[in-house]
Amino acid sequence: MTSLADLLARSGTPAARMPAPRHAVSAEIWTAAAAALAHGAADLMGLWSDGASVYLALHAPDSGLAVLSLALEDGRYPSIGRHHPPAQRLERALRDLHGLVPVGLEDERPWLDHGVWGVRHPLGGAEARPRAPVPYAFLRAEGEPLHQIPVGPVHAGIIEPGHFRFSANGETVVRLEERLGYVHKGIDRLMLGADMARAGRLAARLSGDATVAWSFAFSRAVEAATGTEPPPRARALRGVMAELERIANHLGDIGAVCNDAAFSIMLAHCGILRETVLRAAQACFGHRLMMDAIVPGGLARDIAGEGAARIAAALAAIDAAFPRLVTLYDTSSSLQDRTVSTGRVSADLVRRFAAGGHVGRASGRRFDTRAALPYPPYDRLPVEPVVYEEGDVDARVRVRIGEVRQAQGLIRALLADLPDGPVLAPLAGGDGEGLALVESFRGDVLVWLRLAGGSVERAHLRDPSWFQWPLLEAAIEGNIVADFPLCNKSFNCSYSGHDL
Amino acid sequence: MRTLLLEGLLKTPLTEPGPDQAEAGRLAGELDALARRMLGRSLSIRAVDAGSCNGCELEMHALGNAFYDLERFGLRFVASPRHADVLMITGPVCANMRVAVERTHAATPSPKWVVAVGDCACTGGVFAGSYAIAGAAEDVVPVDLRIPGCPPDPVALLRGLIGLLGV
Repeated sequence: MTSLADLLARSGTPAARMPAPRHAVSAEIWTAAAAALAHGAADLMGLWSDGASVYLALHAPDSGLAVLSLALEDGRYPSIGRHHPPAQRLERALRDLHGLVPVGLEDERPWLDHGVWGVRHPLGGAEARPRAPVPYAFLRAEGEPLHQIPVGPVHAGIIEPGHFRFSANGETVVRLEERLGYVHKGIDRLMLGADMARAGRLAARLSGDATVAWSFAFSRAVEAATGTEPPPRARALRGVMAELERIANHLGDIGAVCNDAAFSIMLAHCGILRETVLRAAQACFGHRLMMDAIVPGGLARDIAGEGAARIAAALAAIDAAFPRLVTLYDTSSSLQDRTVSTGRVSADLVRRFAAGGHVGRASGRRFDTRAALPYPPYDRLPVEPVVYEEGDVDARVRVRIGEVRQAQGLIRALLADLPDGPVLAPLAGGDGEGLALVESFRGDVLVWLRLAGGSVERAHLRDPSWFQWPLLEAAIEGNIVADFPLCNKSFNCSYSGHDL
Repeated sequence: MRTLLLEGLLKTPLTEPGPDQAEAGRLAGELDALARRMLGRSLSIRAVDAGSCNGCELEMHALGNAFYDLERFGLRFVASPRHADVLMITGPVCANMRVAVERTHAATPSPKWVVAVGDCACTGGVFAGSYAIAGAAEDVVPVDLRIPGCPPDPVALLRGLIGLLGV
C-alpha cells in the first residue's frame, strides 16, 4: 500500500507552498493517489479545479496536508471517485460547474446543475442554454412492499432546502437518497476577480452558522498567499470568536436534537444559553453571529472595552445551567430511548469519508484540525479532541456537550492571556496561492485561493458537509422514518455550504 | 427535571426590562393589538428559505426563545404554506429554488402577505448578479414588506412584522 509520504516523495519538488505543499503530478501519481485514498492511506480533504488543473487535497497523520495538481487534458482527468466514492459528488459538481470529465466515473447525473441556470458550465465555457429542469433519476429500491416518500426541497420548519427521497418498507427506511444543489448561489464564480473585501463577504456567507470559521479560513488563506502575519492580539481574539461560535451552535443543536424527540424543555433552556452567547458576541464584536469580524490581516475591529466581562458573564451563565441540562439529558429515559442506538454510522464509513466535526468524532475518528494541523491560537493552546465510539445520535450529542465545556476553557485561557497591541496588519503582498484548513463547529472548512494584483483570481471553498451528507444516507438506513429529523439534526449538515 | 420545572415557576421571567427586552416588549405590545384586529389572535408564518446562507434562519429560530417568545403574541411558525398567512422568504431566490418558491406562494391561501427577510431577499445581497440567482424575492413573488439586515436581529424581525400589520 502506497503511503501519502511515498507519493509525495515521488512527486518531486512542490510547485507551490501555501504553506502546505502543492505538487504538480503526472496522471500516474494521480491515479496512485486515488488508490491510496481507496486503501485508507490518506484522507480526502478536497477536490477542485482552476480550469487548467484539478487539485486534490490529501491528509495523512505522518505527512500532514498536501495538494496534488494534475494538468487537464482536453478537460479530462482520471476519476478519483471511481476508486474512492467520497469524491463522486465533488466530481459531479466539477462536471456541472467546469464541464470537466472525470474519466471512469459511472454516475453521469448532474449534481448542482438542475438545468435552470440558463448557462452550461458557468466556470468553464459558460455557453448559454435554455432554462429547462432536468429530470433526476433516483437510484431504485425495488420490492413489493416498498413505497417512496419524497420530502422537500421546502421543509416543514425553519430549515434550509434540499430533497430527500425515502424508500421505506412500512416504517423502516430501506434507502435514503439526497438531492441537493437547491441553494447553489455560484460562489466560486462570484469570487473570480473579487477584491479582498468582497471576497471576504462572500466567504463569510457560504454558511451563515459557521461564518466565523469561514472568515477565519478565508483570511488565513489570504495571509498564507501573501505571507502576512496577523498581530498576536488578533490571533487570540480569532480563537475567542471561533469558540463562541462553536458554543452557540452546539447549544442550539443540543436543544434542537432533544426538541426533535419532543423534549422541548432542553430546547428552551439551551435556547436561553445560546441567546446569552449571541448577546455577548454582539456586545464584544458588534454582530450577534460575528459576521465579517475576521478579515485578512487580523480583525475588522478590536473587542469592545467591556467585552471580556460580557463573555465571562455568558460563560458563568452556562456554568450555572449547563451541567443540570446534561444531567437531565442523561437521566431522561424517554429521551435516551430516542437518541441511543439511533442513526448509527460505522467507524469505517466515517474514516473512508474523512467526515469531520461531531459526525466523525462521534464514530471514533479523532481528527480535529485544531489538534491535527494546529494554527494560531491553537498552536499554543492544545486541544484534545472529544471522541466517542458509538456513532449514534447520542454520541453526536455527547461530542457537542464535551466541546461546549472544552470551548469554555479555551476562551477563558485566551482572554486571561490576551496580548495588547493592534488587531490588524497590512497585507504583505497581493499575489500568491494560499490554502487554509480551519475547524468550524461542524468540522474542517477548507479555503484555497490564488491572488493576483490584490484580487482573487480563483478560489474554492469546501464545506465539511460534503463528507457528512453521504453518511446521513447510511445513518438512517434501517431506522424508522420518524427518526429521520433526529438523525438529520444530529448531523446538522449545511445545505448552503455544500451547494456553494 | 422537577427542579428545573419548579425553578421555572418560581423564578422571574427572563423577559426582564433591559434595553433590548424593553424594545421587544414595546413592539410586542403594538403587534398584539394589530394582529388581533386583523386576524383575531393568530398570525401563522411559513418560513421559506429560497437560498439563504442560513444566517437569517438562525435569527428566525431565535424569535422562539424565551427572550423573544414569539408565540405569546399568537405569532407562530407553521409547517405548511396551506396553514400560513405570511410567507417569510430568506435568501436571494436561487434559480434552483424558483419553482419551489412559486409553488409555495401559490399554495398559501389568500389573504396572504410576503415578507422579504434579510438583505439577500430584499435585493439579492452579495449574491446579486450571479448566474445561479433568479433575483430578489420580489422578482419572483409579490413582496409586501422588506426587513433588511445581514441577518436582521430578532427585534428587527418583530419590528418588521408590525410594519406589515400596519399596512
